[in-house]
Amino acid sequence: MDIAFIIEKLILISAILGISLVIAMYTTLAERKFAGFFQDRVGPNRAGPWGLLQPLADGVKLFTKEEIIPTHASTFLFVLGPSLSMFTACITTAVIPWGQDLFLFGRQISLQVADINVGVLYVFGVVSLGVYGVMIGGWASNNKFSLLAAVRSASQNISYEIAMGLSIIALLMMTGTLSLREISEQQSGMNWNVFYQPLGFLIFMICSFAETNRTPFDLPECETELVGGHHTEYSSMKLGFYLFAEYINMFVSSAIMASLYFGGYNYPFMHLISNPNIAALIGVAVFFTKILLFIFFFIWVRWTVPRFRYDQLMKLGWKVLIPLAIVNIALTGTGILIFGK
Amino acid sequence: MNSLTNRKKVLESKQMNFWERIYLPAIINGLSITMKHFFKKRTTVYYPEEKRSFSENFRGLHSLKRDENGAERCTACGLCALSCPAEAITMTAAERKPGEEHLYREEKYASVYEINMLRCIFCGFCEEACPKAAIYLDGDIAKAGYIRDEFIFGKDKLTEPVIK
Ligand code: SF4
Ligand code: SF4
Repeated sequence: MDIAFIIEKLILISAILGISLVIAMYTTLAERKFAGFFQDRVGPNRAGPWGLLQPLADGVKLFTKEEIIPTHASTFLFVLGPSLSMFTACITTAVIPWGQDLFLFGRQISLQVADINVGVLYVFGVVSLGVYGVMIGGWASNNKFSLLAAVRSASQNISYEIAMGLSIIALLMMTGTLSLREISEQQSGMNWNVFYQPLGFLIFMICSFAETNRTPFDLPECETELVGGHHTEYSSMKLGFYLFAEYINMFVSSAIMASLYFGGYNYPFMHLISNPNIAALIGVAVFFTKILLFIFFFIWVRWTVPRFRYDQLMKLGWKVLIPLAIVNIALTGTGILIFGK
Repeated sequence: MNSLTNRKKVLESKQMNFWERIYLPAIINGLSITMKHFFKKRTTVYYPEEKRSFSENFRGLHSLKRDENGAERCTACGLCALSCPAEAITMTAAERKPGEEHLYREEKYASVYEINMLRCIFCGFCEEACPKAAIYLDGDIAKAGYIRDEFIFGKDKLTEPVIK
């Protein structure tokens, strides 16, 4: 373990953390802007040119608000909830391959914090941890609405994780690896997995919407029934963390969808660029474009589709997506048997 | 049973067909509709920078008019206050001193004239009641404020500036 390696990883980690925070910050603005556009409005435009400083203003506002911890709440868990949400949202980025290796100062620098061979499993582990933030927060608030939201989000996440895992299995049967880097590398050029696994991708995407608590599956914070849902009792930056974690989750799941199904950092005619550094940098840009497109899609869907009823949600998860995912596995297996990929 | 009106509509709840039940066509349709709106021209008027023109009979803030010599027309008859349904107008009358003919047109004038803009409903009855054509609601929209006192408009705010 040499010093250069540690420095290289530290820089990479800070850069990724910084980028994901900034992107999440500006996703909040994009969400409000685009919401305006979809509804023939202009969205926030007062803070800075075109409202570009709005996220800063929101941040300052949230930080300076009064911090309220209800008397009957369990203080430790009450604080733990949003922290856990934020923490789990941030650590998933560790296994995402952001680009091909760079060759700088005579070193081969990998643009991935940790290339663990069970990357997909790690992502799943962290995603299922994510629900604890909402659950603990909702439980600790000592408020019936928060508790209901916590119960809802727990059962929702568990239901959709199954379908998500099953849809991934079909993908793993094709790729034969759990490492996100290898999966990305296999999709070089236009050899993207989505063309072989359209059904799997659809299931995975629907489940990602459910896992990130986005509309049409945002039942844990369903205002019409549950006041504010799990963050009813939260104020100040603790509320901010919950809201912010949602946007980081959105970023992360976009990144995962892009790298699993949409070729990650690969783009057509990549092999024609002789300089590996330039090819890699273009790859990073392409990857981020894909991520931003997915984020846009998340926002687009949010301002189009109304929320599901809770029983519809459960029915969709258990009676539609899980059987579909199993059918998809069978289809993939048959395909592999016949075409031998 | 016959319905009393012929507007009765019998609703039948149909079973959703296959395409409706998988939601996706409906969702894609919805997405295309919202996308159309995304690129539509916005109708927003950027208010403080950009103002829509008022209609001809718009009733805005009041102004106390002057006659062609620059003297105040109001004679403190109190008809406006009497006709005001919101009781927003109060005034104190005073007698014109010799040598003030250029300031006040009539022998009696309003030394204090106040309209409480929080009470006023901008009905325009004061304008209609005035026998001297002294008050018109031809101003701008009433401004917002933080203190109630700011909304009591005295003569300093109401009287038209002298045209030189
Ligand atoms: S506009 Fe109507 S409410 Fe306002 S002061 Fe005149 S009479 Fe009163
Ligand atoms: S504004 Fe007109 S109605 Fe009101 S007191 Fe003056 S003269 Fe009379």
